[in-house]
Amino acid sequence: MSLIGEVARWFADPTHWEGPHGIPVRILEHLELSGLAIAIAVLIAGPVALYLGHTGHGGFIAVNVANIGRALPSFALLGVGLLIAIALGLGLGFWPTMFMLVPLAIPPIVTNTFVAVREVDRDVVDAARGMGLAEGQILRSIEIPLGLPLILAGIRTAAVNVVATATLGAVAAGGALGRFIVDGFALREHDQVVAGALLVAFLAVVTEVSFAALERATVPAGMAASR
Amino acid sequence: MKRGRILIAALVAVAVVASACGGTGGGTAKPDVIVGSTNFYEQVTLGELYAQILEANGYKVTKKFNLGPRDIVYPALKSGQIDILPEYLATLLAFVDKDGKIAKPTTDKKETATGLQKALDPDQLTVLDPADATDQNGFVVTKDTASSKNLKKISDLAPYAKDMVLGGPAECPTRPFCALGLKNTYGLTFKDFKPLDVGGPLTVAALEGKQIDVGLILTSDPSIVAKGFVLLDDDKHLQLADNLAPVVRNALVQKDDGTLKRLLNSISAKLTQAELNDMNKQVAVDKADSKVVAAAWLKKQGLIK
Repeated sequence: MSLIGEVARWFADPTHWEGPHGIPVRILEHLELSGLAIAIAVLIAGPVALYLGHTGHGGFIAVNVANIGRALPSFALLGVGLLIAIALGLGLGFWPTMFMLVPLAIPPIVTNTFVAVREVDRDVVDAARGMGLAEGQILRSIEIPLGLPLILAGIRTAAVNVVATATLGAVAAGGALGRFIVDGFALREHDQVVAGALLVAFLAVVTEVSFAALERATVPAGMAASR
Repeated sequence: MKRGRILIAALVAVAVVASACGGTGGGTAKPDVIVGSTNFYEQVTLGELYAQILEANGYKVTKKFNLGPRDIVYPALKSGQIDILPEYLATLLAFVDKDGKIAKPTTDKKETATGLQKALDPDQLTVLDPADATDQNGFVVTKDTASSKNLKKISDLAPYAKDMVLGGPAECPTRPFCALGLKNTYGLTFKDFKPLDVGGPLTVAALEGKQIDVGLILTSDPSIVAKGFVLLDDDKHLQLADNLAPVVRNALVQKDDGTLKRLLNSISAKLTQAELNDMNKQVAVDKADSKVVAAAWLKKQGLIK
């Protein structure tokens, strides 16, 4: 009895690829969940970190507060999220998982964005200010473009964490790829468990590679030439 | 099943002290009795019922509740560390006679009780009359669903199942006492199945949030009363008969003049599903003292004064 063979057969079974519980639907659910979590985290963390990075004030506190987020256990957040979602009538699965994922995504985005803006050459910023650029213009046309690779690296770290952790949502009756792992355990179908784990790993790698490509593509032409 | 464990532990402490101090009452040579239970509130309530009716009739009773799972408690019964244990027919039969060599549990209460007695004979134990109340897989709907579709029993679901979502443990679709059995015994095929938990908080929340229409919840679960769910009658007998019954040591029965048997059977005769579920709700949801709940029930039923 070879597990690898069983897993291969599991993937080869066409019934696992169709219907509302098939692999394509589960991948879409996973991407929907992860994508929204990252978007919310960027909307929350981005403006705060950009402002703090630009002004240079309160950065120490912001980075440390964000880092507390890293210490929050995801599974506990899922449990709290589930209770809140039930109390608010938001249903099971999606929103409890969101409640777990957003705090997970925020710390790397805050840290990287803050550092990205701070690390832009002060001479360049001073020169821009001397040329009469407004503060908003400096942020938009100098600091963000120059810091973009590092900012994206933060989002990449967050995204990979989120894609991997979204799996836990199945414990709170959510959909996504975690379903294969949780249901596989319940049914003692180890091929399904391994297949689910492989799909999550695959999606995490794809996320990592996509963001890496995006980072390379967004390096300003002048900086790329100097590398 | 850790619900109310601290409360129960405290109760046991109180109960042990109380019973140790209590007098033997009048009467002639009644045998001393030790009532045991597993670590589950329903079992503690049942233990209280048995203990209190015996105490009220002049037996000297020692309570040893919350002893642990069946793997610990059953050997304790066999070896005489306890004399009486509340049990479930089908589950105990499957536990004692693992390979089904002596008898297999069926969906019939009487048949399963007879089979269980055969399996208990080598261990010198007797199963007394089983109650109507069970603790087995049940299928529930919300009060709204039940009244709008006039649902009382599982077979009433026939015209509606194809538009309904069933919720239960992830393994339900492949299990004979869950979705597979609903299909084979009742001919019910649901629109979709939502994997949740074994009649736990996810299933309750999914029913309340209308994410599922029919949910698997154990028949004596307190949420049925607390949330006003309607337990659909298993009219085609899909589930194995897990009726509650006291199991006693033969040695105790032989020392007794038959009163003990009569008293315990009088409890089973009155213990319907609704009565059991109401007591479970009082203990598990309202956090009432199982000793008080048991006493009130025995008085209400006219079994003690």
